[in-house]
Amino acid sequence: MYLGVFIGSLSLANLISRMPAAVAQGFIWGMMALGVYITFRLLDVADLSVDGSFATGGAVTVMLILAGWSAWAALLAAVAVGVVCGLCTGLLHTKLGIPAILAGILTQFALYSINLRIMTKANQTASIKKFGMVWEEGHKGFLLSSLYVPQAILTGLLLTAMLVALLYWYFGTEQGSALRATGANPHMSRAQGINVGNMKLIGLALSNGVVALSGGLMTQFQGTADVNMGRGAIVIGLAAIIIGEVLCDALFTKGANFAVRLCFVALGGIAYYIVMVVILWLRLDPNDLKLFTALIVAVFLAVPYLQGQRRPAVAQARRGGKEG
Amino acid sequence: MLKLERVSKTFHPGTIHEKRALQELELHLAPGEFVTVIGGNGAGKSTLLNAVAGVWPVDSGKILIDSVDVTALPEHKRAAFIGRVFQDPMMGTAPNMQIEENLALAMRRGKKRGLRWGVTKAEREEYHERLKTLGLGLENRMEDKVGLLSGGQRQALTLLMAALQRPKLLLLDEHTAALDPATAGKVLELSDQIVAENQLTALMITHNMRDALTHGNRIIMMHAGRIILDISGEEKKKLTKKDLLDRFAALSGVQEETDEVLLS
Ligand SMILES: Nc1ncnc2c1ncn2[C@@H]1O[C@H](COP(=O)(O)OP(=O)(O)OP(=O)(O)O)[C@@H](O)[C@H]1O
Ligand SMILES: [Mg+2]
Repeated sequence: MYLGVFIGSLSLANLISRMPAAVAQGFIWGMMALGVYITFRLLDVADLSVDGSFATGGAVTVMLILAGWSAWAALLAAVAVGVVCGLCTGLLHTKLGIPAILAGILTQFALYSINLRIMTKANQTASIKKFGMVWEEGHKGFLLSSLYVPQAILTGLLLTAMLVALLYWYFGTEQGSALRATGANPHMSRAQGINVGNMKLIGLALSNGVVALSGGLMTQFQGTADVNMGRGAIVIGLAAIIIGEVLCDALFTKGANFAVRLCFVALGGIAYYIVMVVILWLRLDPNDLKLFTALIVAVFLAVPYLQGQRRPAVAQARRGGKEG
Repeated sequence: MLKLERVSKTFHPGTIHEKRALQELELHLAPGEFVTVIGGNGAGKSTLLNAVAGVWPVDSGKILIDSVDVTALPEHKRAAFIGRVFQDPMMGTAPNMQIEENLALAMRRGKKRGLRWGVTKAEREEYHERLKTLGLGLENRMEDKVGLLSGGQRQALTLLMAALQRPKLLLLDEHTAALDPATAGKVLELSDQIVAENQLTALMITHNMRDALTHGNRIIMMHAGRIILDISGEEKKKLTKKDLLDRFAALSGVQEETDEVLLS
């Protein structure tokens, strides 16, 4: 009975009407997931500084738009500041010997204060009416906005395609290969003359630059930045990566090439956000969203481990190789 | 080619775990010398190779490779001069990268890694030819992930990688110990072949005395962080296992008559 009433009260039309905006925002999370992918999958480092650098990207963007900068210039500045955030984590880790997780937490913690300094208060809003869209005469403040959803989807798609192309190219170069090797086997990398510390620095800088870019885009999309906007970004990024990889492995059973994998990570961001919209549509308490996300991520991170335990010999050989 | 002058290394100094792993060790290798290294567990054999490779800095002494003082150089810089194969077959390759990608990484050892493409077409052809010389069929699997290879295949690949950029020095640390006897024999054969083809100077640690006697042109025995025996040339060719055991007992003061000290 109750279920029937509940289902009857849900409006499918309402859900469908929310989808375009969800996809637009999903692209932004997808780009953030690509940033997290660089450290989490390629460098084999869990970098928690992204929670801070996402908000830093937003803070820098909103303040520069308020100062009259163009949307593009504000985003580039956000990327540059994000790169510096990543370098901070990298230097704490490689030059001062602080474990990567802790280095990321320290940077994230410090960035909270810095983001408040940048914005002078907990949040800042830039009026789209006042600063306008890049394609409007005499205006240039916003590249994408929740007020122009179709354009936002197109912009999101183009930017994601550019980012995927850039990452595909970079990780195919000599330096990018060295970075992947560093994540795969630091021991071998050193023996092949790779400066493992530098590779970690570059990877963290690149990752946080991409994450700050997505933070800047989110700020443009919503017209506002908040010190807390990056809270849980790492978990959202991991969720997107995991969803994307599961989809990818399901569709490409024989293994997909790197470009396809990157596309699926971006798709994972969209899928993640659509799931969140559906959960909200089901009138579940939004305060529980983080709990759901954490549970999903925990389950999917555990699956490969548990599968491995069922085949002890193979898994242990693999794990031994990784740690050695 | 390699010169160690009074090199010492102590692990955990000043604690109850203090271990003097290398004690004022002296070693000179001429170009083209292929030295097998034997000695009991904990004698300092791996420590010697790690000191040369620069895994950590030594406490005192000097290390020269081809007259270049490398004592202060970090591991990744010394790699320009050194090819290495480890005991653990997992250690020498990146498992989630392709065979050709691994080779391309090795091809750039000691070179600047810039923004040019990671594996070029011309290289691929060269790798194909080189892989053929291993006789394992790997030349037809160049796009396979290395994680799919067996331990022996990986050691063979690692050997090839170590010699791809001709190193001034090849360091082999029990690189066949984790393999079954047949595969170990094959990998040893490949080691000989690669050393001969490239006229490499090499140090090879082994616990198998027969291998130590039949390979290389010089043999050194280590005990307690020192070289206690060093035989080369014609004398090495005539050396037998019994000679070695007798000399070991006399020189180390260890009286056990079994092979275990050396072989375990
Ligand atoms: N990284 C390290 N930290 C602490 N102690 C070490 C380290 N490496 C080696 N040792 C110690 O130094 C001594 C020499 O070790 P080493 O590995 O060189 O021996 P080995 O001759 O290679 O022996 P094996 O035949 O067992 O491989 C040992 O007592 C060992 O415990
Ligand atoms: Mg050893």
